[in-house]
Amino acid sequence: MSIDFNSALDIHPQALVLREKRGEVLAANLANADTPDYKARDLDFKAVFNQNLSGSSVSMERTNPGHMAARNTVLGADLKYRNPQQPSLDGNTVEGHIEQAKFAENAVQYEASLSMLKNQFSGLMTAIKGQ
Amino acid sequence: MSSLKVFDIAGSGMNAENLRQNLVASNIANANSVSSSIDQVYKSRQPVFATEMNNIMQKNQAAAGVNVLGVVENQAPPVVEYAPNHPMADASGYIYKPNVNSIEEMANMMSASRAYQNNVDVLNTAKTMILDTLKLGQ
Repeated sequence: MSIDFNSALDIHPQALVLREKRGEVLAANLANADTPDYKARDLDFKAVFNQNLSGSSVSMERTNPGHMAARNTVLGADLKYRNPQQPSLDGNTVEGHIEQAKFAENAVQYEASLSMLKNQFSGLMTAIKGQ
Repeated sequence: MSSLKVFDIAGSGMNAENLRQNLVASNIANANSVSSSIDQVYKSRQPVFATEMNNIMQKNQAAAGVNVLGVVENQAPPVVEYAPNHPMADASGYIYKPNVNSIEEMANMMSASRAYQNNVDVLNTAKTMILDTLKLGQ
């Protein structure tokens, strides 16, 4: 009998990858907080997660090498643009406090996924050692 | 390792804000640099930020950092003052002062410093996340 890591570790590795990607997008928002016409973006975690879990992602077929790949996608899902509460004159829609809150939220959720994963591993270790 | 992209992004943000901070320092330092010719007088300098779009197009990546397109000089007219006794006065007795607006520059400085701090925070959090991940299974 062999251990299948995909089923043994549950959904946590995928969640971790998603959290990491979302962290990148939010970091880009904060880095571009003063760039004119930059539009803040975010990942719809639920949508991407369901799509990756069910494996039913629908993508455009590329039948010609000249076709360009779909842009601005993370793990097959489109990034969404954020609706600003108070839009600024230069067309930038990044609101520092909101992005900071989302980034902190995302970091905590990442740590949560990570500790779940740690628990899964220690469970496996216990099973292997049999003690 | 793809997760190190966060460091690039936050680093580009820090780089841009650092340049902005330097330009603010230059503007404030030269706020009183009097000149005797309208062409030679110091003009307030401002950075131009843009998203690193070429990276998005080439590498098909979703998140992008900041690019500094360049530094532009403020084209507002300099302050002309009639001071015939000033050592720098020109033939008709005028001196030219830079078009630096100190209040604007102070606000700019606060904004740049806060944005820099935000990027440092992002970097620190990302570092903690990655270090914790490296310790996975221990």
